[in-house]
Amino acid sequence: MSIQVRQIHKQFGSFVALDEVSIDFPSGQLVALLGPSGCGKTTLLRVIAGLEHADSGQVLLDGQDASATNVRERQVGFVFQHYALFRHMTVFDNVAFGLRMKPRRQRLSETRIHSKVHELLGLVQLDWLADRFPSQLSGGQRQRIALARALAVEPRVLLLDEPFGALDAKVRKELRRWLRKLHDELHITSIFVTHDQEEALEVADQVVLMNHGRVEQIGTPEEVYRHPATPFVYGFLGAVNLFHGRVDGEGLWVGEDRVPHSSGGVNQGAEVLAYARPHELEIVTDRERMDGVAARIARIRAFGASARVELEGTNGSTGAHFEVELAQVQVAELSLQEGQAVRLLPSRLRVFERQGAGG
Amino acid sequence: MTSLSVVSSSITQGEQGASRFDGRPATRDPAALKGLILASSMAFFAMFLLLPLVAVFAEALRKGWAAYGAALWDPDALSAVRLTLLAAAIAVPLNLVFGVAAAWAIAKFTFPGKQLLTTLIDLPFSVSPVVVGLIYVLVFGVQGWFGSWLAEHDLKVIFAVPGIVLATIFVTFPFVARELIPLMQAQGKEEEEAAVVLGARGWQVFWHVTLPNIKWGLLYGVILCNARAMGEFGAVSVVSGHIRGLTNTLPLHVEILYNEYQFAAAFAVASLLALLALVTLGLKVWVESRSGRPKPGNSQSASNSNLFEAISP
Repeated sequence: MSIQVRQIHKQFGSFVALDEVSIDFPSGQLVALLGPSGCGKTTLLRVIAGLEHADSGQVLLDGQDASATNVRERQVGFVFQHYALFRHMTVFDNVAFGLRMKPRRQRLSETRIHSKVHELLGLVQLDWLADRFPSQLSGGQRQRIALARALAVEPRVLLLDEPFGALDAKVRKELRRWLRKLHDELHITSIFVTHDQEEALEVADQVVLMNHGRVEQIGTPEEVYRHPATPFVYGFLGAVNLFHGRVDGEGLWVGEDRVPHSSGGVNQGAEVLAYARPHELEIVTDRERMDGVAARIARIRAFGASARVELEGTNGSTGAHFEVELAQVQVAELSLQEGQAVRLLPSRLRVFERQGAGG
Repeated sequence: MTSLSVVSSSITQGEQGASRFDGRPATRDPAALKGLILASSMAFFAMFLLLPLVAVFAEALRKGWAAYGAALWDPDALSAVRLTLLAAAIAVPLNLVFGVAAAWAIAKFTFPGKQLLTTLIDLPFSVSPVVVGLIYVLVFGVQGWFGSWLAEHDLKVIFAVPGIVLATIFVTFPFVARELIPLMQAQGKEEEEAAVVLGARGWQVFWHVTLPNIKWGLLYGVILCNARAMGEFGAVSVVSGHIRGLTNTLPLHVEILYNEYQFAAAFAVASLLALLALVTLGLKVWVESRSGRPKPGNSQSASNSNLFEAISP
């Protein structure tokens, strides 16, 4: 089932949580709402579920306006960050809850409920825990039970609020792969909220990036990572190096230093913010070279296959910090030393014209 | 009485710390100091808590079991027992409902005047019971605001059973609410939200989710509420009028007997109240031990859960 939100506006006191947000969630896809804490992503999810009321705007479920529909009639499955399992009930009773709460006419018989619950517990691979209480489970197990409980009522959409946020890194990685697999089996329209860009890029079909209650960009993980639409998106999706500069002719002037750059789409003489990822910067030790940004190596951290070099800007970009990622062997080949003066040459630059609150 | 429950729970929490503290040579206090503190606190306990309790039963039985029985089988004493039970039987269920409603409102909703309501709930604890009694006399008494209206309709509140019930309700109002508010605030709204998303209706949410989560706290509040309802003296004394056989509760009956120099009878009736106190304490300990348990699972659950943490995928 498709979900559309139209011009949703929500305010808590003077704080604008959602500012005229409009998004189309296509049917059968797994979509990530990604953004820093306080960007409004959880509020949007709760508005879609009906747990929160928008001040204005519409939520369309399958093309029908659900704004006036009560939570319990929306047929959504909701998974909470802290599981929200009923602590006084066994795992079995937790999963059976939604089935048992139905009006008598629609309710399945106890034997049907029994087989359905065990089917769901089998789906989340925790059939053997049916008689346990939530307090006896690990975090990862609890969240899988919470998912089984949400799926029990056969929801039309599945909404997950930071589902792996309370878990440790290893379990988190396993569970998100498992969620992706489960989604491929069930094909139920799902939205999950996360502040972890790696999680969003790895799991989702579509990523919606949000900041300050607005949508910054919508696209596939590939699109948003390769072609970030705004400085915020660029900065949020990975480590960045930032250059303040001015476009002039065939290059970008950072203070006194010139970086070669074909200035496509940017006006001549414009003040810009230029970004490069750590692996997109090249360290040049040749003293004869006059292009690139002058910098001094502050620290070299070499472990694993790649090394990280931290640098400080010296000429025109004094006070700026840069980070370069390169292969371990290159550190040795270039015989880099801490304190050494070098030049930085970006192999790829993403340039945004400077606006009041950019970046 | 929240203070009471807070103290008792911190005592149980402190137990582990105490054994650790005392078990290690580095942090262990000198035996002499330990003995001194133990002795002085025990002496204090014996003198101010244990001695009066023993004295009540000793005095009650001074003239033998026959006199003790006679004092309790006295028609006035029996009617006092009946009235006390009646007042508690009305006040406790009402305060159970009011308390749950007030705690629910404060813990789960935001509304204007919430702070005021939170403060007002404590009013019965902070105001002297005598003042409470006087307020009821002022409102419902013959010279009071509704006095003439009540007289016209031939209703008696002051110096009658309704007044005693009203005063008891007022004095015992905070017990249930005070017990539940912190509990419900700590539990938050998530489980209720989960229930609603799963299709549960309002009363289903309350019955299947909210109530099971607060039941031990609720029982605890009810026990304390009941103890106070049966033992209340000040407010009830003002509105009762001390009519023997009609408007005397147990505590009032004790006072009358005492003032008439019938010490053995006074202590005999008082021993009933002391017994009630002991039963209350016993129940309180039992409820605490139940609610202190992590979950309704078996006693091995704590060690089991660690095991499952370890072997879970």
